[in-house]
Amino acid sequence: MQAMVYRGPYRVRVEEKDRPKIEHPNDAIVRVTRAAICGSDLHLYHGMMPDTRVGMTFGHEFVGVVDDVGPSVQNLRPGDRVMVPFNVFCGTCFFCARGMYANCHNVNPNATAVGGIYGYSHTCGGYDGGQAEFVRVPFADVGPSLIPEWMDEDDAVLLTDAVATGYFGAQLGGIVEGDVVVVFGAGPVGLYAAKSAWLMGAGRVIVIDHLDFRLEKARTFAHAETYNFAEHDDIVVHMKKITDHLGADVAIDAVGAEADGNLLQHVTAAKLKLQGGSPVALNWAIDAVRKGGTVSVMGAYGPMFSAVKFGDAMNKGLTLRMNQCPVKRQWPRLFEHVRNGYFKPSDLVTHRIPLEHIAEGYHIFSAKLDNCIKPLIVPNAA
Amino acid sequence: MAYTPDKPKLAESSDDLRARIPGWGADLDPKDRPSVPQEVFDPDLSGAHWEFPERQPERWPRERSIEHKFLTPVFGTSTPPRGLSGAIRRYSYAKYSEGRAAHWLLLLAADRVDVAESRLRSLVTGRPDRLIHETGVRSELSHHGLRSRLGRNRTDVTHHPLDPAIAAAPYLIGAGLGYAIMRRMARNR
Ligand SMILES: [Zn+2]
Ligand SMILES: [Zn+2]
Repeated sequence: MQAMVYRGPYRVRVEEKDRPKIEHPNDAIVRVTRAAICGSDLHLYHGMMPDTRVGMTFGHEFVGVVDDVGPSVQNLRPGDRVMVPFNVFCGTCFFCARGMYANCHNVNPNATAVGGIYGYSHTCGGYDGGQAEFVRVPFADVGPSLIPEWMDEDDAVLLTDAVATGYFGAQLGGIVEGDVVVVFGAGPVGLYAAKSAWLMGAGRVIVIDHLDFRLEKARTFAHAETYNFAEHDDIVVHMKKITDHLGADVAIDAVGAEADGNLLQHVTAAKLKLQGGSPVALNWAIDAVRKGGTVSVMGAYGPMFSAVKFGDAMNKGLTLRMNQCPVKRQWPRLFEHVRNGYFKPSDLVTHRIPLEHIAEGYHIFSAKLDNCIKPLIVPNAA
Repeated sequence: MAYTPDKPKLAESSDDLRARIPGWGADLDPKDRPSVPQEVFDPDLSGAHWEFPERQPERWPRERSIEHKFLTPVFGTSTPPRGLSGAIRRYSYAKYSEGRAAHWLLLLAADRVDVAESRLRSLVTGRPDRLIHETGVRSELSHHGLRSRLGRNRTDVTHHPLDPAIAAAPYLIGAGLGYAIMRRMARNR
């Protein structure tokens, strides 16, 4: 089969690989019909995530058709149209039993601090991902859901991570009616977080980014008030000025470790890999939120340490909440919202790229060419 | 005003917002928000029909964190460790916990070695890497490379020139080394 393959920092290609096999009685093999490139894939693409091996296939956002199932699978049959959450999880360990699907203890031998994620390096379990014609889906009775009849495949693929994670970021903020919410980062996850903040009753939603085309989307798609931090000397001071010198009630970091901060941060983190990422956005969130406020983090950070302003967080009495999103717990509620028309997830799709052109897809997305917000990958057989 | 007790007034009331924004307040009640780590014990929720899953066969000695009691019942089988990079990886997993910086730094070092090894391997097997193709830079021409960057106030523009330097570094260093060796051999003759 054809699959995207990592070749080293900034380099990927399509290769002929063996089709995945059933390795465990509860596995399914899924023929991928749509995949996406996620902002967090760029951490891998830039070589920032430890134990990202040459030859690995990325992709944790995908939907497809069940091709084959292992002997113990009861809930799925070949031919079923399924969406697969980005978390690999067992359903019954201490953490899964408490709904913490992103923190499953039974799927990632390589680390205990992080769960299993498709196509996300060996630090996240060494699973090949869905930017391929076929993918192995462990715990097929637990992870995947049938795509509802009425739901579009393009909407379904975005619900496997980006939408659910954005909504989760707003939830972590503990928003109450009338809260001023600031979202750092107007990528897909930040845009869904901004949109979700309204559903939870925010009184004002502010989005910060440096790409004008993304801020435009934040205004039209997410009804947000926007600021381009490149146009302000100091975005934190600006945030204070526009919030009566109080700061926002809730700040959401939807950027993660790829924040393009100052050159020093960029070189030590993105280039020299001496930090687990450049925590510029997180530090802005800590500075821009009011005392006693909440900072929510669902942007991706690696396991390495980062220079986070912990003293400010302590002195301000902040609540910091963070996790990977337990995607499947979100679905029933999010399906309702999509059905009610509060969300049209695929509104953010800007590019459709055939699997064979995936190297171009990564470059376009990484360099933000051509007003790219969300690229979908369409396998050749789909 | 931050200097007096009251919260500043918002420009729009909740009623205005409800009228303007589709779905405003649909999840106003936190009980309608499905997750946030509310750790409710409910082992029957997921569709799993096991308490501890069957174990996936271990087809090669699978590296694992020493913080785990045993190999997890299910794991990924992508790209087993090989060569020098594999040896570094196995050592890092066998020796250091996740709490140690050495663990992650060794893994990152192994990643760089892995790239060098696979460049060599592809040269030796007569299928050298197609650098231009794999970096996707052709999209600079097809997808408005210049127009996407210039005059747009992007803060990352100054960092972009570093990217090709990183992609090309192993080749430049390799070529430099090769040149130095050849010069030395020529001189010694
Ligand atoms: Zn993602
Ligand atoms: Zn589990």
